[in-house]
This record gives sequence, C-alpha cells and structure tokens, in this order.
Amino acid sequence: MTQHAAILPLLIPFVAALLQLAAKGYGIGVQRAIGLVAAALGVAATLWLVLLADDGMVRVYALGDWVAPFGIVLAVDRLAAIMVLLTASLAASALLYASAGFDERGRHFHPLFQLQVFGLQGAFLTGDLFNLFVFFEVMLLASYVLLAHGGGLARTRAGLAYVVLNLAGSALFLIALGMLYGTLGTLNLADVALRLQAPGIDVAPARLACMLLIAVFALKAALLPLSFWLPHAYAAAGAPVAALFVIMTKVGIVSILRVQAIAFAPAAATADLLDGWLLPLALATVLFAAIGALAAMRLRDLTAWLVLASAGTLLVVPVFPQADVSAAALYYLMQSTFVAAALFLIAELVAVRRGDVADAFLPGPRLQTPWLGLAFLLAAASAVGLPPFAGFLGKLMLLSALRDSGSAIAIWSVFLFAGLLLMLALAKGGGRLFWERSPKHPHGSTHPFCWRRSLAVALLVSPALLLALFARPVSDYAARAAAQLHDPQTYVTGVLGGHAIERETRP
Amino acid sequence: MEALISIAIGLLTACGVFLMLRARTFPLILGLTLLSYAVNLFLFASGRLRMNAPPLIRDGASCTDPLPQALVLTAIVIGFGMTAYLVMLSLRALSESGDDHVDVREKQ
Repeated sequence: MTQHAAILPLLIPFVAALLQLAAKGYGIGVQRAIGLVAAALGVAATLWLVLLADDGMVRVYALGDWVAPFGIVLAVDRLAAIMVLLTASLAASALLYASAGFDERGRHFHPLFQLQVFGLQGAFLTGDLFNLFVFFEVMLLASYVLLAHGGGLARTRAGLAYVVLNLAGSALFLIALGMLYGTLGTLNLADVALRLQAPGIDVAPARLACMLLIAVFALKAALLPLSFWLPHAYAAAGAPVAALFVIMTKVGIVSILRVQAIAFAPAAATADLLDGWLLPLALATVLFAAIGALAAMRLRDLTAWLVLASAGTLLVVPVFPQADVSAAALYYLMQSTFVAAALFLIAELVAVRRGDVADAFLPGPRLQTPWLGLAFLLAAASAVGLPPFAGFLGKLMLLSALRDSGSAIAIWSVFLFAGLLLMLALAKGGGRLFWERSPKHPHGSTHPFCWRRSLAVALLVSPALLLALFARPVSDYAARAAAQLHDPQTYVTGVLGGHAIERETRP
Repeated sequence: MEALISIAIGLLTACGVFLMLRARTFPLILGLTLLSYAVNLFLFASGRLRMNAPPLIRDGASCTDPLPQALVLTAIVIGFGMTAYLVMLSLRALSESGDDHVDVREKQ
C-alpha cells in the first residue's frame, strides 16, 4: 500500500469526479456527499504522504511501469507533499462552503471542482515537464468553467480574458517544451537537469527554452507585466471558486522554484537565468498590488490584490537559491494561501448580509454577526503580517533569511512599505464594512446561521493562529523540505536510479 | 524541407498573432487556432524532420522519433477542447452583451 501512496491524491478526486457524473441523476445531495467524502479522504491521504515523505527519500511512482526517463513518473519529495496537503485542505474547506448552496447556481459544479483538484495535485506531483503541461491544462480547463459558474456578465467578461490569456500561455508552454526536447532530447525534469550539465549541448536554444518555460510559469504566478488578469478574474469568480483559485498562482511559483533549484541553478549554462530581472519585477508586483489594494472598492477586489501581493512576495524567492530563503517562503506560502481564501469567503458572507451595498466599502446596514467581524480581523491581521499571527512570523522569517543578500535594502523597504499600504487598505475597508452605518439602511438582512459556511470560514481562518502556535514543527518541516529541494543530486538519482542513459547523437 | 516547415510555422504564427490582436471574438478564435497549428508543427519538428521513416524502432531500419508525434497528438486534443469551450464562451458573451468585442461591454 505504501508504494501506491503517491498516486492517491490524484486517484481520489478523479474517481470522485467520475462517480459524481454517474450519480448526476440522483440529485445534488449524492454529489455533495461524494465530494465531501473525497475531500476528507484527500486530506487524509495527503497527510499520510507528508508523514511518509519525511524520511527524506524521493518517492517515485512510475505511471504505466516504465522507468524514468522513458515513462512518465510522479516524484514526491517533502515540497510536493506539503503542496498537495495544502491543496487538499483548501479544497475541502472550499467544497464545504460551496455545498451550502453555491453548487446549485450552475451545472456540473462538483465534477469540475474535483477535476480542478486533480489537475492541481498532478501539477505538484509530476516529475515530467510535458505531464506538467497536461496537468496545467486539466486544471485550467476546469477553472475556466468554474470561473463562469453562477453566470453574469462580469464573470463572462473576466472569463473570456482569462481563457484567451491562458490559451496563449499554453501555446508558449508548448513552444518551450518543443525547444527543450529538440535541444536536450528529454522532458523528464531530472533528466533535463543532467542533460543541461552535460558538455556539448547547444547552449543558446537551451537557455531560450528554459527562459520561455519561466515566462509561462510567471504568467500563472502573475508576475507584474503578466499580472493584469488576476484581480479581475479572482474578483469575478464565486467565493468558493476564488478560494480554490488562490492556490493556482502558487502552482506557478512552486514550478519556478522547482525547475530553478533542480535543473537550472546547478547547470553552468542556465545558472544566471533569473539574475537581474526577476527581483525588480517581483518587487514591482508587490508595490503594484499594494497600490491596487488601496484603490480597491470592494472586499473581494481587495482580496484579489492581496493574492497578487503574496505572489509578488514569493516570486522574490527563486532569485536566491538558498535553503533558508525557500524554507521561510514555504511557511509564508501556507499561511497566505489560507488567509486569502478565508477573506474571499468572508467577503461573500458580508455581501449577502449588507443588501444592495454588498461588500463595497460604503456605509451600510449594521451586521448582526459579530463572529464575521472577528474572522475578518484575524484574517486581515495575518494577511498584512501583524503579530502574533502566522503572517507576521512568515514575513519575519522571509525578511531575516534575505538579510544577508546583496539587495536586502530594496527588498526590506518594498516589503515593509507595501505591508503598510496593505494594512491601511484593510483597516479602511474593514472600518467601513463593519462600523460605518448609513441611516438609509437601518437593518441588514438577517440570515439563518449556516454551519457549513461558518465551519468553512473557521477552518480557513484557524491556520492564522494554528500555524503560529505550531510554528516550530511546521517551519522545521519546511526547512527540511527546502534542504531537500536544494539538493538536486538526491532528486536526480532518486528519479533516474543512478544509472546513466546512453543516447544516440541526433543531427 | 526545413525551410518550408519554418516558413509555414512563421506564417501561421504571424497570422495567428495578427488575428488575436483584433479585439473581436471570432478573429480571436481563428487566431488562436492558427497559433495552435503553428505550435503543433513546431512540436512535430522538434523530433527532427525525416522522410519515409516510420515511428517504430526495428533493427537496422531507419526510424523517426515517435515521442513528438505522441506529444502533438496530446496537444491537438487539448487545443481542440479549449477552442470548443472558447467558442461557447464567446457565444455566451455575444448573447449577454449583444456585441462581439472582447471587452464584453454592457448592453446599450
């Protein structure tokens, strides 16, 4: 059973999606039950994978039983295990929220949700670049439909731009893969790492291919010139969908981190690929997001800008291929994912209680739900990095890990200034939403307490406290994951089994 | 043959990008389709161009690299699905806004 642990995070959502399609005729209750059981199983399976991966071995699962580099393999190290656990927990909370009624606003919500989880998990687990493309497309195709779920002109508008941009991105991804295969003759990540270090490769096309690959990941991660789609798309999506989308920018970031640490940084031909341009762009992304957040007029827009700010913060990390920077980034990534997802859900809960002003930062009726204000306070404080929450610890770890880098002054000033702007934006917005009452709206609409929605919000807000309380074990695990990530030799021998592959030279 | 293939890829890409920059949904879909044709040809060429060689490995016989052909097949299927969805989305945008501009403006 242990040997099949690597495929479980993929099989569970996939089988659930098929079962849900088959069970369509039995009503939405059955689909919900299947989805929630699959989500719980997914969390259990990925938690098990996290524990298994802690022995430091790279678990390789050969799909179709062809050994790497000939067949497609899944490779599970600590980083992949953390990311699949994060995705599974986020998906479980979002699904719990959606099953309180959001799933009935369109068709086929449940199978698409499971397929999106399937694509996300696959993108984190795969050890093959073309397979990564396939899982990206699975994830994107499901996300296109989920984005439009619920209908409305705003969603169609955001959806069209999002689909077209990502189709262009996919074309670029394929060009990068074609060039990589044309020059190196392989698409397995470990084998690419070996081939890049081999003497006699064609350096110029290999560098170009690697750069195109980074550009595609930067599009998914929303690096500044490629990030204008994100605020519109995330703000237009329904709350549980937006909550799940938060992890999608992280797919791009983790992909950059992984290809950089395993393949590009150890090879002389591509070691300086990210130097000089990624750091200024990432810092510009953070500033752009902070200014956007100040200008946001609704809580959901503000949250979308927060997602962009955390993406920019994390995009600084691949520039410094050191284990302590990556470890801090992993901790920061976990808390920022949960907190942003929680804020999307809170935005919708606030919106339905405030009638026609919704979640716009305008004076409105008094909210009858103090727990919602408390949840907002916790999530917002963690998002901007106020002590004693996890956001503060994450930012502190990241800043202190970057202290000795040459550009520490620029990074520190941008992060701290952007943090101040975000705090202003959230304080202004929160004050308007929860405190300012308008005489026109004496009473907000009362809503019956819904345990699914409340539990989902509680589950997503609680990491802000739990990750701070259990900061030591979590950051230790992140440190071990980062150390493993920056030890590409172990990954390569783990995947390829240490035997050299003979190749014909091609014309 | 290399020259012919590269001219074809370049021409398809240029037409695709030109059409994609028209801010109307139908040219946009055509442009993306042309771009995906160019990309598929490019992927196909990444296994080197060879005449009259089967993608099967046999002793002594010359063969061509089968992997890019499998990759192209996958890319075609995915591209087809994406284009179908984009067509549906564009039709929805057209019916909701009464306009085929990619910005999907409000109905006047």
